[in-house]
Amino acid sequence: MARYKIREYDAKRLMAENIPNLDCRNVLVTPETNLDVLPKEHPWLLTSKLVVKPDQLFGKRKKLGLVLINADFAQVKEFILTHRNKPLTIGKATDTLTHFLIEPYIPHEQEYYLSITSRRDGNTIHFSSEGGQDIEERWHSIKKIVVPTLGTVEGSMMNEEFLNGVPENHQPTIQQFIKNLYHAYLNLDFTYLELNPFTITAPGDICILDTVAHLDGSAAWKNSSRWNIPSFPPEFGKKSYPEETFIENLDRESGASLKLTILNPQGRIWNILSGGGASIIYLDTIVNRGYGQELANYGEYSGNPSMEESYHYAKTVIDLMTREHHPQGKILLIAGAIANFTDIEKTFQGIIRALREYQHQLREGNIKIFVRRGGPNYENGLALIEKAGKEIGVPMEIHGPDKPMVHIISPALEMLP
Amino acid sequence: MNTAPLFTKDTTALFYNLKPLPIQQMLDFDFLCKRAIPSVAAIIHPGRSGYHKAFFGGQEILLPMYDTLARALQKHPGADVLINFASFRSAYVPAKEALESTTIKTVVIVAEGVTERQTKELIALAQKNNKIIIGPSTVGGIAAGRFRIAGYAGGKIENIVRAKLYHPGSVGLVSKSGGIMNEMFSMIARATDGIYEGVAIGGDVYPGSTLLDHLLRFEAMPEVKLMVAMSELGGKDEYGIIEAKEEGKITKPLVMWVAGTCASIFPWEVQFGHAGAKAGREQESADAKNQALKATGIIVPSSFEELENTIAETFKTVVPAGNYMPENPPVIPERKGTHFTSTISSDLGDEPTYNGIPIAELVAQEQTIGDVIGLLWFKKRLPLYFTKFLEISIILTADHGTGRERCYFFPVQRTAHHRATVWRRN
Repeated sequence: MARYKIREYDAKRLMAENIPNLDCRNVLVTPETNLDVLPKEHPWLLTSKLVVKPDQLFGKRKKLGLVLINADFAQVKEFILTHRNKPLTIGKATDTLTHFLIEPYIPHEQEYYLSITSRRDGNTIHFSSEGGQDIEERWHSIKKIVVPTLGTVEGSMMNEEFLNGVPENHQPTIQQFIKNLYHAYLNLDFTYLELNPFTITAPGDICILDTVAHLDGSAAWKNSSRWNIPSFPPEFGKKSYPEETFIENLDRESGASLKLTILNPQGRIWNILSGGGASIIYLDTIVNRGYGQELANYGEYSGNPSMEESYHYAKTVIDLMTREHHPQGKILLIAGAIANFTDIEKTFQGIIRALREYQHQLREGNIKIFVRRGGPNYENGLALIEKAGKEIGVPMEIHGPDKPMVHIISPALEMLP
Repeated sequence: MNTAPLFTKDTTALFYNLKPLPIQQMLDFDFLCKRAIPSVAAIIHPGRSGYHKAFFGGQEILLPMYDTLARALQKHPGADVLINFASFRSAYVPAKEALESTTIKTVVIVAEGVTERQTKELIALAQKNNKIIIGPSTVGGIAAGRFRIAGYAGGKIENIVRAKLYHPGSVGLVSKSGGIMNEMFSMIARATDGIYEGVAIGGDVYPGSTLLDHLLRFEAMPEVKLMVAMSELGGKDEYGIIEAKEEGKITKPLVMWVAGTCASIFPWEVQFGHAGAKAGREQESADAKNQALKATGIIVPSSFEELENTIAETFKTVVPAGNYMPENPPVIPERKGTHFTSTISSDLGDEPTYNGIPIAELVAQEQTIGDVIGLLWFKKRLPLYFTKFLEISIILTADHGTGRERCYFFPVQRTAHHRATVWRRN
């Protein structure tokens, strides 16, 4: 399982819940939020000056003109109503603004930079007393300490030089905060944490102004109640599909691995690929041949899924690819390397069941199938799929382990005018 | 890092969790390689102890099974590999215990989904104790002709034979992906004289041992003439390989490919199947890494499709042309499991045996009832004074009347005798 980016709202909430004396009031506005009732639940919205910004895993919001500061609630509401459901393009990615974060406006002078990043042999803490926008330009001001995996953050590591530029009366506060934050970083299985900036308010409390955080997805099973994040937000620009969520749930329930990402639903190359490594190589080969824009999905199944799981996986992909027809047809790759222990006969039986179920759509959609697979019981698996292809009248080209893995790409791409 | 060979023809492993298929596949590989002893010394199966039946060639053997790793470590000090098949939730504890033991040198973690924090702790521990972790999230690998790491890599027997893995060739292979291992074994079998050792390190962000760790091991193995490494986008381990190459620590020819060149066309960061397969920064992209590797003199093909040719061409420059086909491996005889196995008496052969001794032989040698009890109860021939003692005991207790307090000696006989007594009374 991978690392997940989380919303600024959740990152701040997690830190506030796990670090003593860290006051952090904020509200996440989602598509479901009714702005009119919000002040009833959070009365401080009407009594404080506020900040509002989108909370969708992208940075540089100030530069994009998407941060409103020192505003009252009426202005915040107007800001949200202006931007809500509006498209935004950043680089190559376009998405719709849906989530916003509202927090109290904290007037401040000094901005600090702090990050904890993971490395193989421990974690690195970066700190600067000159935090804030364009920190990259003041990289010289950043001091770092490396905490070995089996070590702890000692006060002695955060010496005068490390805290250079911090007023003396704030030094103990920052030292204690870094220790607490490091502790929370480990216990909550963060893999990346950046606070840029945080500040110290007049009463001497730490206040995090902006933050970016990633969590270790593999630790979800032990942290689900502490994290309290029911689903991780998609990357900015990545539209999420219910079919992906369906496979994600299937994957979570299964001992095997089942992954699906829809890249371009209009694409004409659809894939039922096996193996984390082999699936990438297939995509590489297609992109290398200049057919990247035709790639409809990425995905892989591996670790010997059951017949039922293979059926659901294949059905999901085939259903997506046959919703709209293309006058010149589409291709479906059912391919993988020579499996170590995935039973080809069993998994293919699941795939064949889905093919039979969708035989009309496959024929009408002029879909051609290219199969390449080896591994346990592959002879039976390939024979079964060949028979099924003939019976349902869908053209297939089938290869076993004697042909190199990417051998099917050339004949497959020739089918795409 | 220790670069001594990890896997020889005598290496034996402790196998954590009872997984009959990979265990049997390790033993079948042993047979193909004509190993003298099975590569699995014992099984640890929490909550259960006893024996597990498996085949070593045509012969059925009993592998000892313990309910704790501590006990297995104590009983099998010669085993220096732990094959850890515990689930992702529980893999950490036995891995840690093995890394802290005095006898285990290599820990293989199969589970996918061990947390980064736990993996990092295990890495630190391994470093401290000069040990090697393979995995997490690995199918293991193969030391051709010597040892099959974790029983899955290489697939079924036919595939092992097709890829000539029962015989050591001269190529060292290391790959992040385990699923691609078998494909690579086949490819290397076509392009060269075969694999010497192939290891999958797993696709996690922090694999227990890195591509470089294994390349340095291959560098130290005189048998390895050519090294092949398969990597993926994400992470910066390749730059460590470049550094090692520049420092002269890698001198053997190395053919390497980083998969994931497709990632650049997607408008957002795609998380591929492996946890580590995501390029956060330009430097971690497949293109950047392939280019940097190439620039330092590592042999990088133009695409994965070219890999087989590149390996074949490079191989020709280091190993003189010849017939690479090794002799055929032994054929695994047809075999049938027994339903009941006794380590004491057996009626499988022409004639029943007591502790391996045919009963006719016992009769011929005029063995006494004391000798037979020795064979059946103590599994050994007892000295004369002991068999005499047993016989006197039988004489003294053979008829004990109704005084049941004295019939402590033969529990089974007591019951039978007791029934007889009751019947007589009735």
